[in-house]
Amino acid sequence: MDPITLARLQFGVTTVYHFFFVPLTLGLSILVAVMQSLYVARGDEKYKRMTKFWGKLLLINFAMGDVTGIVQEFQFGMNWSEYSRFVGDIFGAPLAVEALAAFFIESTFLGVWVFGWDKISKKAHLAAIWLVAFASNLSAFWILVANSFMQHPVGYRIAENGRAEMTDFFALILNPNVWLQFPHVVLGGLTTGAFFMVGVSAFHILRKKAVSLDEYWLSMRLALGVGAIAVLATMLFGHAQGQRIADTQPMKLASAEGLWHSEDPAGLSMFQIGDETNRKSVINFRIPSLLSLLSYNSTNGKVLGLNDLQAQYEQQYGPGNYIPPAIWLTYWSFRAMVGAGVLMFFMAVMGWVLSARKNADTFKPRWLLTAMVPALLLPYLANSTGWMLTEMGRQPWIVQGLMTVDQAISPNVTAAMLWISLIGFTLIYAGLIAADVYLLQKYARLDMSGTGKLVPWTGRSPAEAPLKDTI
Amino acid sequence: MDLQILWFILIAVLFTGFLFLEGFDYGVGILLPFVAKTDRERRSVINTIGPVWDGNEVWLLTAGGAMFAAFPNWYATLFSGFYLALFVILAALIMRGVAFEFRSKLPSPRWRAFWDHAIFAGSLLPALLWGVAFANILKGLAIDASMTYTGTFFDLLNPYALVGGLVTLGLFTLHGALFLELKTGEKVQQNVRKMVKRLWLPVTLIAVLFIIFSLFQTDLISRFNAVNIIGLILAVAGLLAAGWFVFKARFGRAFVSTGLTILGVVCLIFATLFPRVMPSTLGHDLTIYNASSSPYTLQVMTVIALTLVPVVLAYQAWTYWVFRNRITKNAHLEY
Repeated sequence: MDPITLARLQFGVTTVYHFFFVPLTLGLSILVAVMQSLYVARGDEKYKRMTKFWGKLLLINFAMGDVTGIVQEFQFGMNWSEYSRFVGDIFGAPLAVEALAAFFIESTFLGVWVFGWDKISKKAHLAAIWLVAFASNLSAFWILVANSFMQHPVGYRIAENGRAEMTDFFALILNPNVWLQFPHVVLGGLTTGAFFMVGVSAFHILRKKAVSLDEYWLSMRLALGVGAIAVLATMLFGHAQGQRIADTQPMKLASAEGLWHSEDPAGLSMFQIGDETNRKSVINFRIPSLLSLLSYNSTNGKVLGLNDLQAQYEQQYGPGNYIPPAIWLTYWSFRAMVGAGVLMFFMAVMGWVLSARKNADTFKPRWLLTAMVPALLLPYLANSTGWMLTEMGRQPWIVQGLMTVDQAISPNVTAAMLWISLIGFTLIYAGLIAADVYLLQKYARLDMSGTGKLVPWTGRSPAEAPLKDTI
Repeated sequence: MDLQILWFILIAVLFTGFLFLEGFDYGVGILLPFVAKTDRERRSVINTIGPVWDGNEVWLLTAGGAMFAAFPNWYATLFSGFYLALFVILAALIMRGVAFEFRSKLPSPRWRAFWDHAIFAGSLLPALLWGVAFANILKGLAIDASMTYTGTFFDLLNPYALVGGLVTLGLFTLHGALFLELKTGEKVQQNVRKMVKRLWLPVTLIAVLFIIFSLFQTDLISRFNAVNIIGLILAVAGLLAAGWFVFKARFGRAFVSTGLTILGVVCLIFATLFPRVMPSTLGHDLTIYNASSSPYTLQVMTVIALTLVPVVLAYQAWTYWVFRNRITKNAHLEY
């Protein structure tokens, strides 16, 4: 493989992996802060046990998001030095602000929160977790300011030396792309946190082995309510983003739809098999006019296809291939993301309605609880495929309309070096995710009563040592 | 004053913060297997940096981000040039960070032993490699007209740079040992004291060797100025003072002294480089002028940095105050 493919693969692997952990931190930190606020306000020990239980899971997850984030900051310079030279003026600034304004608060106050239970006042301790939640989500804002520049460059000029220079910092922050992408991402994080809580709580409510099921029931109720609202809002912001890219990144929209030829009105594809070599679809089931309706709020409206956009870009930017490299991936990513979102919405609403005025013993139907356990993976599917669509759909551009990916790579980094780092990161990450999942499933099965006892997976699971000195 | 100069100083400040704070974190990790034998002792050692290591590491992220924002060409040349070295550092930091969090979460001795190794190696490798990296920058690298490093990974492992690596490795270990002396009690504290006494002389000798080596391997002699002379004096005096205070059993002052040595080393390196940021052996130096961002970006970043850095310092100092107590045998452990 050539260095560009390897470098892209490495960026894809490390970024998707990093973003397995980030959304849960974003959402669960807020939910833990809410639970601790309830504890401080009402003085009920139940909420303290909930805070500690979910807080432990938050910490195990946080460590992974934290260390994999360092790679993200370093690899722009390591693998994409020409990109860094070209946009450093603009892209470096939000990264530096992210570290200064967000990472410092997040890391410092997480330390205070974990180690400070008996060292500072209750209110100061509560403030610490709110600061962590605030700063994690603030860091998402700054990195999305940077990413939005890649999707829709604003507030810059191309200087005489050929580099992009910042001309307006506020234009960067006010980039319309930021204000759709940021809510979409943090609400997606809240959805992830909520579904994580629902899944774990549902397990305990099904197994009925914990000393008191009340804490799990309260957790599930809280998470179902938050989840239903968060997933709906995530989808609405996602929809608005879709309408926006119809305008600013039509190639991304066309690649999400696998739309080879322009259509007016355009139908929404439900299932498609495409032929990327000959740039056409082979099998395509569509709902007429629906894509136009989704894009323009009207049953009419021309949605540009990949082939027409290719012709248009060749005129605008010169000869080259401007069609993203794997349409099947953007097409199915989009469908996986939306499908997961819709499914989550129905599960959350259904769970919320059916659990009203019920408790852990009387809740029905059981199959819904059973379904909610694996459903905690749905946000992970949606988060990953969402980013794949966003980033793959922008290809071959690294900064839309300004620089392509193959111009961005470090000239002195060889394929051999890239193989070393790609294999190295992949192996380390694979080992760590195994350790992380192993730990999470242990701590998720903890009985909240504080005895360190684990609820076995099934009635026939072998006995496990309690986690006495570690909770 | 040019904003480029201000940012050069700011990045030096961020690196000082990083090397001072992460320096003792690395030292604690390196010393873990040697000063703590039982599980309880190991946990108490890890808990001395438990609440602060992550915040300390952000100094590195901030230095990297500030370099990217203020001197994109410096960031691009440095990070692509040191590709494999940085890969090793990243792998080490990943394993080490996760190890702190995961280690004591399960009772299995094998699980804990594995993460103890990760903490040790994950602290040792960066402690060594940052020294190798800085020594190479000071020595000059084969950087061509397009600001691209054209040498190989093995060119970076020259004798001078390796001595530089030993200096940071030794200095951070000593600095970490002094930190542990202040934060532990009982058996661990006794072990640490023995370690401090064993470490001081070799660390001082290797530092002196590095300085002598620098006179021949870098253009230090032709570039002496007030700041790097003060840095040099501070570095040497700090180490001598540390030895004296250790002899007098005044470990707090000894810790401050190794901190001053770290400050002195940063002053020495940055003031010798100035106004270059990466000297080239091919005649294409990167300087604070040809590597910098536009004046507008520097202005924006100056306002943001000068507002936020004091706030960060204030709340980080507060956390050290909150967690000022020693981790003794009755202390409650989280990690």
